[in-house]
Amino acid sequence: MTDWLDHAAKMMGQTPFLAGLGGEMLEVSAARARTRVPYGPHLVGDPETGVVHGGVITGLLDHTGGMAVMGVLREPVPIATLDLRIDYMKPATPGLAILAEVRCLKVTHEIAFVRGAAFHTDADDAIALCTGAFMLIRGAR
Amino acid sequence: MDLLDPTALLGAIPYCRHLGVRAEVRDGALVLVMPYAPHLIGNVTIPALHGGVIGSLLETAAIAQLLWESKSATLPKPVDINIDYLRTGRAVESYARARLAKQGRRVVNVHAEMWQDDESKPVAALRGHFLIAS
Repeated sequence: MTDWLDHAAKMMGQTPFLAGLGGEMLEVSAARARTRVPYGPHLVGDPETGVVHGGVITGLLDHTGGMAVMGVLREPVPIATLDLRIDYMKPATPGLAILAEVRCLKVTHEIAFVRGAAFHTDADDAIALCTGAFMLIRGAR
Repeated sequence: MDLLDPTALLGAIPYCRHLGVRAEVRDGALVLVMPYAPHLIGNVTIPALHGGVIGSLLETAAIAQLLWESKSATLPKPVDINIDYLRTGRAVESYARARLAKQGRRVVNVHAEMWQDDESKPVAALRGHFLIAS
């Protein structure tokens, strides 16, 4: 891992939002980014079933998508989410940790495109799929 | 939960309490209010709200609007959502409202917007489909 990736990993791993979820970063590389959030009572969106809120999945995929973009950049460039599409394939199972794995498929001078999934143990049995675009803010203050 | 009381509606959802989101009725319409809190931040340098927080607020606005209009006790299930991020979400209080663009028997199309100081300058917008109990 390069110094820059070390820095990016540290920065993204310490994001207040991710820390608040109780999540952790597992991997950030040129190939992919992975994060994990253990099940927790504060994540519940449906008190009757204990299923986590869709926003937890969205947040984790957005965060992991940003990390995936950083993984392919060779220098620190601030990024911002342009858009994100989430397809909810099935409800998350209460009690189980959720993993997110996102790949950055393409980076242009200004835009990066990502695809990924959230799942419990098998990426082919996804809870949700995501497609997103990030803006690279080159020459930012 | 008491679906006729918008405040109780979100207070019963743990993740909404985690985000600090509450619902208010303003001029007969449901508005979600999310005061600023440090754990909502995604970028500490700017500082800016996390995109996932913004998405969560918009999705919650959609769900709250669906529950409020349908008077249903069953939470709608998100099928898919598209979120456009239009401006930086600053470290200040945020608001969101939603409307049902098309109400089907099983699937509802919902549009939601989030703003901060000025409602005419939305921070983000959501379009989504939700499954409702028929």
